[in-house]
Amino acid sequence: MRVSLSWLADQVELPVGAGAAEVAEAFVRVGLEVEEIHPPPALTGPLVVGRVLGFELVSGVKKPIRYCSVDVGESEPRGIICGATNFEPGDLVVVALPGAVLPGDFGISARKTYGHISDGMICSVRELGLGAEHAGILVLATEDEAPTAIGPGADAGTLLGLDDPVIELSVTPDRGYCFSVRGLARELACAFDGHFTDPAMLLLPEAGEPAWPVRIEDEQGCPKFVARRVTGFDPSAPSPWWMRRRLLAAGMRPISLAVDVTNYVMFELGQPLHAYDTATLTDAIVVRRAVAGEKLTTLDGAARELDPDDLLITDGSGPIGLAGVMGGAATEISERTDDVLLEAAHFDPPVIARAARRHKLPSEASRRFERAVDPGLCAVAAERAAALLVQYGGGAIADGRTDVGTPPAPAPVVLPLDLPDRIAGISYPPGVTARRLAQVGCLVQARSEDGVAQLLATPPTWRPDLRAPIDLVEEVLRLEGLDRIPSELPPAPAGRGLTAAQRRRRSVSRALAEAGYTEVLPFPFVSPAVFDALGCAPNDARRRTLRLLNPIDADRPELASTLLPGLLDALTRNVARGMPDVALYHVGQVVLPRTEKVPMPTVGVASRPTDDEISGLLAALPGQPVHVAVALAGAWELPGWWGAGRPASWADAVDAARVVAEAAGVELEVRAADLAPWHPGRCARLSVGTFPVGYAGELHPKVVEALGLPARTCAMELDLDLIPLVERRPAPVVSPFPPVLLDLALVVDVEHPVAAITDALVDGAGPLLEDLRLFDVYTGEQVEQGRRSLAFSLRLRAPDRTLTLEEATVARDSAAELAAERFGATVRG
Amino acid sequence: MSGANDNYDPKEVAALDPETLRRAVADAERAFAGAGDLAALAVVKTAHLGDRSPVLTARREIGALPPKAKADAGKRVNESRVAIQAAYDERRAALVAERDVRVLAEESVDVTLPWQRRPRGARHPITQVAERIVDVFVGMGYELAEGPEVEAGWFNFDALNFGKDHPARAMQDTFYVCGPEGREDTDVVLRTHTSPVQIRALLERPLPVYVVCPGRTFRTDELDATHTPVFHQVEGLAVDEGITMAHLKGTLDSFARSMFGPESTTRLRPSFFPFTEPSAEVDVWFPEKKGGAGWVEWGGCGMVNPHVLTSCGVDTERYTGFAFGMGLERTLQFRNGLPDMRDMTEGDLRFTSAFGIEG
Repeated sequence: MRVSLSWLADQVELPVGAGAAEVAEAFVRVGLEVEEIHPPPALTGPLVVGRVLGFELVSGVKKPIRYCSVDVGESEPRGIICGATNFEPGDLVVVALPGAVLPGDFGISARKTYGHISDGMICSVRELGLGAEHAGILVLATEDEAPTAIGPGADAGTLLGLDDPVIELSVTPDRGYCFSVRGLARELACAFDGHFTDPAMLLLPEAGEPAWPVRIEDEQGCPKFVARRVTGFDPSAPSPWWMRRRLLAAGMRPISLAVDVTNYVMFELGQPLHAYDTATLTDAIVVRRAVAGEKLTTLDGAARELDPDDLLITDGSGPIGLAGVMGGAATEISERTDDVLLEAAHFDPPVIARAARRHKLPSEASRRFERAVDPGLCAVAAERAAALLVQYGGGAIADGRTDVGTPPAPAPVVLPLDLPDRIAGISYPPGVTARRLAQVGCLVQARSEDGVAQLLATPPTWRPDLRAPIDLVEEVLRLEGLDRIPSELPPAPAGRGLTAAQRRRRSVSRALAEAGYTEVLPFPFVSPAVFDALGCAPNDARRRTLRLLNPIDADRPELASTLLPGLLDALTRNVARGMPDVALYHVGQVVLPRTEKVPMPTVGVASRPTDDEISGLLAALPGQPVHVAVALAGAWELPGWWGAGRPASWADAVDAARVVAEAAGVELEVRAADLAPWHPGRCARLSVGTFPVGYAGELHPKVVEALGLPARTCAMELDLDLIPLVERRPAPVVSPFPPVLLDLALVVDVEHPVAAITDALVDGAGPLLEDLRLFDVYTGEQVEQGRRSLAFSLRLRAPDRTLTLEEATVARDSAAELAAERFGATVRG
Repeated sequence: MSGANDNYDPKEVAALDPETLRRAVADAERAFAGAGDLAALAVVKTAHLGDRSPVLTARREIGALPPKAKADAGKRVNESRVAIQAAYDERRAALVAERDVRVLAEESVDVTLPWQRRPRGARHPITQVAERIVDVFVGMGYELAEGPEVEAGWFNFDALNFGKDHPARAMQDTFYVCGPEGREDTDVVLRTHTSPVQIRALLERPLPVYVVCPGRTFRTDELDATHTPVFHQVEGLAVDEGITMAHLKGTLDSFARSMFGPESTTRLRPSFFPFTEPSAEVDVWFPEKKGGAGWVEWGGCGMVNPHVLTSCGVDTERYTGFAFGMGLERTLQFRNGLPDMRDMTEGDLRFTSAFGIEG
């Protein structure tokens, strides 16, 4: 909402010397957000009103160029060249005389052009910086308008509003009444404790006979409908300059007198109006809901399919307007219309909100109606508009005013007198609450019930948002100033700190960062094609995703069921930006739709939902476990003066999983697996106990190719929520006795995984085995084809005595025997 | 060795002659001083302190002296030996020190050589600032509450007092999830704010409730330097008996001080949110603001709207509450001087590395 300062000053007494900055500050204080203060256009030098005395067309040029004789209040008229054609002799225009500088540092001087000396410039709205209009020059008034206040030679500055800044505000949805100068001025009056002159306080003539027959069939959708008719006005009469200027300042393009008047009254009072060309109306106007299949072509030329929820204005011909949103093209006023029916109605906010959204048609009218308009304004607005139209266009207001419907009166609200104090945490002086509520327009009565002092406040018609005591409390607090509220801390409860899961998530994140991974937070949006690129089987669970109705990127409409696509994107981006050695991690929710679709239950808000309703709500949502994933490529160890580096490998990806497991306090089982997008020979399944929680390894070469990844890119992904929480880790028994260190080299078929051999050794050695480490793997001439040598070092120790070499050797031999029994391992001599 | 001889005159035994002993000491001192290194010193040590050295030879002669003379000669020999040993020890200590200095000098390296064999990791600044905020509130007795990113409209809107057709609902630029047939609105959304966690917390926890909830949120804004469709908020909620707006102000001031320094404070401007009433925007006094200390828009807050408490089954006669919410990206933007929102989302190593593990 844009409004010029002078317009506000019409309705509210501003403190002496208060300029735009003070007014803006006052708005902010009472809760209106000031987007911007637009200073008037920067113009300097002589800018005067001129009267065009006459002109001749410049010959020999294709364009119609006029050489005008303009009276600028000097002894002789000036000759000025002008390319516009929208003026006649006698019109008053704005002339920039030589020496003037227009916005954009556009200096005016006398210069020769089209064979004449042009001694100044006749200005357009755009050249003056007042708007975008540049189709012709600005005509302040035609000869017929016989203005008295402005004559040739008068300074045009005030006339143009060069002393009148514009304040642009953003209005919160609860304050529909602030979409008007009336509402804003009232807020300013509260802020400044100044006098407010309500422009809606008009003496209304008796309604008399209806101006047009109107029937409301849907009183809930349209509680009130007022119509007033103006006949015989001059369709070509221009709007007065002051009105056009205020509309321009409000960001509205002046069009014609009838249109400008309806817009002006809408800005002034907040009541949207619609003007029908009376000649196009047939029979009575009926306000009703649409019938399925009905159509309406709106003012913007769009043919619209109507929805049974749409509220319509209809006449004998069918729909003639989408109520509160936009009028119909068939009854639109034209350049020749001299007889209009002005509609000022009140509509139900949700009905208008739904229609505007459904037809994607946010208009000045719907913007106001969906935030609620003062239902007391209909008649006032219709009278005001009719009067302005006749004042500037001639003609007459036809007898009678249609006035049907009775909107419900606002219900009084009981406010315990101490509630503002209790909410604010402060003691307001007596009388403050009643005074502030009266200031916003409430009728306030003091009373007492059961010895409790109360105020009975009846809100004004323009404040449908004031329904509950807390709404009134807010008015008191904001008008008294939130800066008065003291700063205190609430009584602190004894908190329990983070939960085990929360602490674990932090540990995992930190452990990965400390292990060399960098955290990224990619978007969760993916393309369905990514699962093909990842080589997922047709029945792969990760292909089952949730899709967005309105994605930002139409190519990525689905919610990620795995963290890998986002990580791999980020990896590729880093490589493309010249950083080939990348190790990234992400801890975040993935979205896993349920196999069985559960419809969302309808749950009210009047009380706490039942346990069944809560479980219904939760069951209708997808599973959203927290995953942790890494992706890495390039060098894991960098080459340097110390020697060669080492490329990132499947083993690093598996180790990342172990880092996570250690941070989580669990042991991870690693087994060979084959799952997309991993290399079938370099993929590990990660389990806790026997329960799989994720996968790690090198990516499949085809995936690397399809996604344009660096060769041998590796990745790991774990479902953190599947890993059991370890609240307390048991303390180990640390033996003080010396260990026995022994080595054991086994030769075994290569197909047996080391993890299985290790398990056998641990089982075989028994409790004396404290630590087991594989220190060498050998294949080659020394061992048979298809077998390999695995060399382990064993640290054995007894908890209660010094272990003898003999005992240790027995344990080692048992380990070797079990490996021999399970896997045919032979001890290498 | 000679046998005992009472008549033996020590002055006549050459080895025990005081002059000879003095010479032996002088010779030894000279020899030790002349040893250039520990090896040379070891060689001359044998000559002057070894079994065949003059002083030890002399000591063996003592036994042959008459008892009367023994003590006298023994004292003389011993003094000489101690003197030689001291000379040796001193020289050796000097040579060891010399050698140590030399060895250490020889072992010196260029310590400016780079040794980053492994990439360093880092945590995203959003994660770090979220943890920091949570720590601040946990310190005040709050608990960390969480909720899902794909959320029911009931939690995201209805229970927060967004009417079905209220313009505030449309204002939020919501991502909707498709129904099974692909088109219809399922009333499942990507949460537009962390406020639904307020509802979950009130439904799940016994009163009083003091929770802080950081999390990822979504709105249909195109990604550019100042907007991102995926962003993060942190929400605070306190519902207890006798909670006032003064408590809200005090909590925000305390929060501001912990994030922006002891001089920081907050300012409330009246505003509107469906789930709070009264509602306010929070500005924070930021001493290190670009171009000088000043107010910066930080977030929104207010007293929990009784409608919200009612929809969670909280007795509004007994309990009141406050809530507030801030954008984490916004907080980082002015706290850490972040120029471009896209840096948060692209995952560029150069960006995140700058924040380390705990920035």
